[in-house]
Amino acid sequence: MDLNFTEDDLRFRDEVRGFLQDTLPDHLRQKMIARAHLGKADIVEWQRILNARGWAVPHWPVDYGGQSWTPTQRYIFQEEMALAHAPEGSPFNVNMIGPILCRFGTEDQKARFLAATANIDIWWCQGFSEPGAGSDLAGLKCSAVREGDVYVINGQKIWTTQAQHADWMFALVRTDATGRKQQGITFLLLDMTTPGITIRPIPSIDGVSDLNEVFFDDVRVPVENCIGEEGKGWDYAKHLLGNERSGIARIGLSKERLKQLRHLERTMAADGRLDSGEQARLARRLAEVEVELRALELTQLRVVSADAHGGGANSAASILKVRGTELQQRMTELVAELAGPAGLALPVHDDAIEGGHEEPAGWLANAAPYYFTMRKVSIFGGSNEIQKNIIAKTILRL
Amino acid sequence: MDFNLNDEQRLLSDTINRFVTDRYDFEHRLAAMAQPDGFSRSTWEELAELGLLALPFAEEDGGFGGGGLETMIVMEACGKGLLLEPFLATAILAGGALRLAGSDPQKSQRIEEIISGAHIMALAHHEPDGPRHTLTRLTTQALPVEGGGWRIDGRKTAVIAGAAADELVVSALAPQGPSLFLVDAANPGVTVVRRHGYDGVALADIAFDDVRLDEAHCLGVAGEGAQTLRTVFEHANAAVCAEAVGIMSDILDTTIEFLRTRTQFGVPIGSFQALQHRAVDMLMELEMARSMAMLAAMSLELDAEPRARNIAAAKARVGSAARMLGQQAVQLHGAIGLTMEYKVGHGFKRLTAIDALFGDADHHLDALAQAGGLLANA
Ligand SMILES: Cc1cc2nc3c(=O)[nH]c(=O)nc-3n(C[C@H](O)[C@H](O)[C@H](O)COP(=O)(O)OP(=O)(O)OC[C@H]3O[C@@H](n4cnc5c(N)ncnc54)[C@H](O)[C@@H]3O)c2cc1C
Repeated sequence: MDLNFTEDDLRFRDEVRGFLQDTLPDHLRQKMIARAHLGKADIVEWQRILNARGWAVPHWPVDYGGQSWTPTQRYIFQEEMALAHAPEGSPFNVNMIGPILCRFGTEDQKARFLAATANIDIWWCQGFSEPGAGSDLAGLKCSAVREGDVYVINGQKIWTTQAQHADWMFALVRTDATGRKQQGITFLLLDMTTPGITIRPIPSIDGVSDLNEVFFDDVRVPVENCIGEEGKGWDYAKHLLGNERSGIARIGLSKERLKQLRHLERTMAADGRLDSGEQARLARRLAEVEVELRALELTQLRVVSADAHGGGANSAASILKVRGTELQQRMTELVAELAGPAGLALPVHDDAIEGGHEEPAGWLANAAPYYFTMRKVSIFGGSNEIQKNIIAKTILRL
Repeated sequence: MDFNLNDEQRLLSDTINRFVTDRYDFEHRLAAMAQPDGFSRSTWEELAELGLLALPFAEEDGGFGGGGLETMIVMEACGKGLLLEPFLATAILAGGALRLAGSDPQKSQRIEEIISGAHIMALAHHEPDGPRHTLTRLTTQALPVEGGGWRIDGRKTAVIAGAAADELVVSALAPQGPSLFLVDAANPGVTVVRRHGYDGVALADIAFDDVRLDEAHCLGVAGEGAQTLRTVFEHANAAVCAEAVGIMSDILDTTIEFLRTRTQFGVPIGSFQALQHRAVDMLMELEMARSMAMLAAMSLELDAEPRARNIAAAKARVGSAARMLGQQAVQLHGAIGLTMEYKVGHGFKRLTAIDALFGDADHHLDALAQAGGLLANA
């Protein structure tokens, strides 16, 4: 056992670090530090910089623009990105549809979509959830009826993140309602400019309107936009939702946040804004969070190490999503607590971002909205309750 | 970065785990508990024959020069079997003080005998009315005697293996500060009263009344006892973290098996989601604790500051996981979990003792908070 990175890994880390220092635009960095909401333009700008370096989609197969990094290098890359306050790329492009196209797409689909997806020339949204199909996703009803060379779609999707920006949607639709509910689901790619699509925004408690309902009224989708086989969509969806073992706990992000909390603790104490009882209590809470973070980081590293050394299934992997999200939430909660009443007023859009102070500018106003936002991480991507069901079945075999 | 054991460590792990599985089932433990010493002398000899008692001692002292990971491997297995034999007391606590502070003659007179299993030692440090965990606030006195030597007076409690010990390492306040002394259990003025630990571990209350020692029985330099104890307790904490992981993984396995087989309302109780999620929470706590026990084991070679921080963090995290797993293992078993005839309750009690020993979770979190946190200067 050895907790240290190898020389090669350290060299790699320095290379990543240097690149991020040189290329991450300062206005994005400032927004990230302030926890301000990132717009589409921000994400696109950064992903294109990464893509120019060949690092936008490192975990894709090398033939499609990926890097042959080791699990440790992937871990380091993610951690360095977070510590440098670099935004993450669009998960829909990078982590969801891209790998599906690489694995199950036709040559035509790959040629048409992959490069554009890596560069976010196409902005994808995910049309899986429906009003009646959340955790029980296979219960989805949005129907697709084959008519010659097209599918005709009728029904609705909900919670579609950033559908308002999307050029394309990857969606699960029902092509057959007769068998088991997991059968008869088909994975389709839809051009969002197709007639018959209506988007209605759903404002969320963090003051953002990124969630949407999407309605389909006789929307005609060419059959060549079907991924894989008709009726096999559930298999592809499971693949998409399957755990990405490295990085799911987002340790880097939490580390960076903890640094910020420590920074706030120090500046607030120095300014006399914390009395001694508060200081002691806060120090204790931060110590607790740090211990939890270290335990989670080591657990993540155990999984990375097992992957790197060809280790098999590791029950440590299963806890990463649940404990990682709980910790992220705990930290945002602490920041919101620290902000107190001064954090009640909502941020004034964008003008909180000019930095220059000791404290990250805008942190006060963004603290609570960010706390509200982060409640999502234990709901989407398979809620924490669903994760526990899966662990109980697959690991504990209950 | 690598979390795998090397070949030698794997061999060690296989050996000790096989020993625990083959030779230390729950019946054997109950029988050992009923022995006069509160553990099995014959098991102790077998452990010595396996070479385990040589593990933590340096090669030049006749040991195997094992490090934190080797101790971790052994202690985790001890946890699985809930071993009662005084490995911690002899090899890690008293033996640790001897290793760290002992002069060459002090070491050479003892270590070989320890390794052979012939010399059991214990650390007499905790005091009846003292703080829950301290290195320095001692009421036991060590006064220099005119013409050389020392006189020791005071009381110690919860001395692990104190009644079976041939020799004690005793902490006492000398004019120079806290100091450590080697005291033969048969020394005049030493009164040992055997006590039973709630965790099944044999303890003793020991009184020292006008105990006379010559200079050669001062362990290390007078006044430097607290530094030695600090390091000894770091080693001990890393060791009991691993022991706790062994216990937790054993009681979790037992609990899962019980959930599968116990039926109520016509179905296995493991089909109830409330219980499934509880079991998953237990698994998650176990894995976090395991990670931290590894950190503790790997931190023993670090510089003083990061070592202290990492081990405090580990003991705090393992302590809270131990509490959760112990309580829930009992809860999920229903009444049988509360009985002496069932192993889970014994595991719960040992976990409770481990949290209480050498600073509990609260103690170490406070220490971390006061030191500016785990990641300070990182
Ligand atoms: C911010 C955000 C963005 C999202 N973006 C998208 C997107 O872009 N595209 C998309 O398709 N979807 C998206 N979703 C939807 C997300 O996938 C669903 O919210 C999720 O699958 C849960 O479904 P639900 O909200 O209907 O909750 P439900 O499934 O109704 O769950 C309600 C509660 O019941 C619990 N529960 C449900 N079933 C069980 C069970 N078997 N055992 C125990 N507890 C259970 C859940 O854990 C939850 O606590 C997004 C969600 C959020 C919050």
